Amino acid sequence: MFSVLFLISINKQQNSVGRKKIDFCFIFFSVVTGSWGYIKFERPHQCAIKLVCFPASQIQTVTLIPGDGIGPEISNAVMKIFEAAKAPIRWEERNVTAIRGPGGKWMIPPDAKESMDKNKIGLKGPLKTPIAAGHPSMNLLLRKTFDLYANVRPCVSIEGYQTPYTDVNLVTIRENTEGEYSGIEHVIVDGVVQSIKLITEQASKRIAEYAFEYARNNQRASVTAVHKANIMRMSDGLFLRKCREAAEKYKDVKFTEMYLDTVCLNMVQDPTQFDVLVMPNLYGDILSDLCAGLIGGLGVTPSGNIGANGVAIFESVHGTAPDIAGKDLANPTALLLSAVMMLRHMGLHGHAKKIETACFDTIRDRKVLTKDLGGNSKCSEFTEAICQRMKDMD
Amino acid sequence: MALYRVLSSSPNKPANALQSTLLNMQETIREPMVQDPTQFDVLVMPNLYGDILSDLCAGLIGGLGVTPSGNIGANGVAIFESVHGTAPDIAGKDLANPTALLLSAVMMLRHMGLHGHAKKIETACFDTIRDRKVLTKDLGGNSKCSEFTEAICQRMKDMD
Repeated sequence: MFSVLFLISINKQQNSVGRKKIDFCFIFFSVVTGSWGYIKFERPHQCAIKLVCFPASQIQTVTLIPGDGIGPEISNAVMKIFEAAKAPIRWEERNVTAIRGPGGKWMIPPDAKESMDKNKIGLKGPLKTPIAAGHPSMNLLLRKTFDLYANVRPCVSIEGYQTPYTDVNLVTIRENTEGEYSGIEHVIVDGVVQSIKLITEQASKRIAEYAFEYARNNQRASVTAVHKANIMRMSDGLFLRKCREAAEKYKDVKFTEMYLDTVCLNMVQDPTQFDVLVMPNLYGDILSDLCAGLIGGLGVTPSGNIGANGVAIFESVHGTAPDIAGKDLANPTALLLSAVMMLRHMGLHGHAKKIETACFDTIRDRKVLTKDLGGNSKCSEFTEAICQRMKDMD
Repeated sequence: MALYRVLSSSPNKPANALQSTLLNMQETIREPMVQDPTQFDVLVMPNLYGDILSDLCAGLIGGLGVTPSGNIGANGVAIFESVHGTAPDIAGKDLANPTALLLSAVMMLRHMGLHGHAKKIETACFDTIRDRKVLTKDLGGNSKCSEFTEAICQRMKDMD
């Protein structure tokens, strides 16, 4: 067929081990069929040139922040798996090292902000926060820049990766902008310090409505508000009130309330009784990690941050693991499952299901597993096993 | 939540004789607690975190029905207590499990220096539970409170 090619970008990158990678992106117009398309020629580590072609209307661009330590290699694994799944995603890599803006204020690099504002959806690897670097944590900076108000962590037991708890299937939704982490502290007198827990109607209403909306969109049966309103009558009381008001608007979702300490007690005895949990910042910080522990830890737990204006950043929440960085030993599962969460958020349920199934089947099979999962395979081998499964599915 | 770590000029040398490292709860306590609680020993913490963690840890060993508790006050005051509820639905029916209150009383004996008696009662209690012959309903059996109590008393008579 007769086509016209337009070169739209050449993207030169160096990966974490210094190898050069060059992408050529074209859009083409087919005179015969009248359709537009997108072609990417890649020169990755090997010499082969790969051709990826999609109808232009389907492709969505996502900002990719590989991060530090094992970040780049697990990001590469995810990109490889997405390609094998033929997911219509174009990655736009950006770095988020903090820089000083005008007026001396710390900010993320303008090109990273621009990319996120344009694409709205991001996938992020682990970021290191150097102690005494003088700037706030990068995660905090991202949260403030994009008003990431909801942290969502689905915790589902993984077959093949045994923990003392089975059949866990719950979601923690944490208010991420205020509460006990408002950062307002002061010294009353020497030896007496006060810390302000800030709870606002606006933030509580926003997170409560998001939780119910999430439950409805993901076919979850109930939402439980986690609180200590018996002790913190005004702050948690306000939060609880907003949850109750939101429940009125979502009668199709069951609403319950439970004290935080009771939730923790019950969680370690029988986590299967829980579904969606919504709570203020500190409680969410605690419970989300607790629940991650139930299913195997931060190395296998996905996470998503929902912001204002349609922005959403999905991320792995484990550390940068500098001791194994660059050695092809990392486990990309957490970042991959976060990317699957991202696909669902974007409505790409078919691709999400395919990748998730391939990942879970590989782990269940227990033949090719990274060291932390109990095996002795490399990151690349684990990635390849998942890609192969998807090829076999087709 | 801040990360507190006592920094010393030489990383391998403790800053003082009792190297105190206050751990960031977020990253190092809760997740490992459900994965491997055996790595922990004594944990000290402020009020809210204690409210949460004490219940979480009670859950790990079986719940508030088997967990002892003590409250230490100024001027030598100490009150030991069971931290479960009043269970009005089974009150007066000889169905309750006295283990939590009993273990709190054992804690009390130790606090008072009566270690011999504490050991005797605790051993009798644990042996009865381990034996699994006479257990209250919440522990998986179908014995009465009085029967469970009698079994513990009998064990102590046998010890003498």
